[in-house]
Amino acid sequence: MSIWEYANPKKFMQTSAWALPWVSGAAAVCLVTGLVWGFFFTPDDFRQGSTVKIIYLHVPAAMMAINAWVMMLVTSLIWIVRRHHVSALAAKAAAPVGLTFTLIALVTGALWGQPMWGTWWAWDPRLTSFLILGLFYLGYIALWAAVDNPDTAADLTGVLCIVGSVFAVLSRYAVNFWNQGLHQGASLSMDAEENVADVFWVPLVVCIVGFILLFVALVLARTRTEIRARRLAALVARERMA
Amino acid sequence: MMPDLGKYAVAVLGSYGAGLGLLLAIVGLTIWQGARMRRALAEVEARAGQGGQDG
Repeated sequence: MSIWEYANPKKFMQTSAWALPWVSGAAAVCLVTGLVWGFFFTPDDFRQGSTVKIIYLHVPAAMMAINAWVMMLVTSLIWIVRRHHVSALAAKAAAPVGLTFTLIALVTGALWGQPMWGTWWAWDPRLTSFLILGLFYLGYIALWAAVDNPDTAADLTGVLCIVGSVFAVLSRYAVNFWNQGLHQGASLSMDAEENVADVFWVPLVVCIVGFILLFVALVLARTRTEIRARRLAALVARERMA
Repeated sequence: MMPDLGKYAVAVLGSYGAGLGLLLAIVGLTIWQGARMRRALAEVEARAGQGGQDG
């Protein structure tokens, strides 16, 4: 049993058909539990008031926006090195999901920043690198759409993904690199001097698990669609030649 | 049942509205695109007389 078996589209479709309902169900349970718990059953923060409830959307979305790009980087590298089509299609499938998480992080961040910092936006290192990551997602999706040959598109987007990884890393570590700006450091770091209190931490972890599972479910579903689209294109081409 | 959000109600409710709206949008788009592709492939496979490859 090797992980490379899943590079076979037939094997991937069989396994994902079995896994998708379970992953989707678990994602729904975690998200509903975490968000309801966080919104209705957690107290206000002594400094940030009720805006602390935004953490249950903002932090998981921001984490997954970065992690989605990391997943795309790994699958793109697998395509570049080993030429497994399912891997390239999984990267393509993940991009709109990563872009959505980036948008959620930016919008909820702006809505959170206005009452706390007195501004919707600042050209802070973390915010700026996150905005650029969002633009890389847009460029990545546009490049897939612009190139007709799927293998060439996978090659070019793979290179773009490697370049964009710089901003994925910067989005995560900008606060540490520059040690300036409005955005605080990590809220969940094991070695941070100031971590979120347990009353906020537990529902936050449930939400993070929910976002991870939702990402996996969406990428599985979208990869299945991409595999079908590839097969459809092959059958249509064969019909035209007949 | 509804928590008292005080003067930050717009920020909190706006965040939840926008965040959940975007999540529902990507889930809805994924389901719609998947269903559309499954139908299109089933039609072409029926014409070609081939079975599907997925479970």
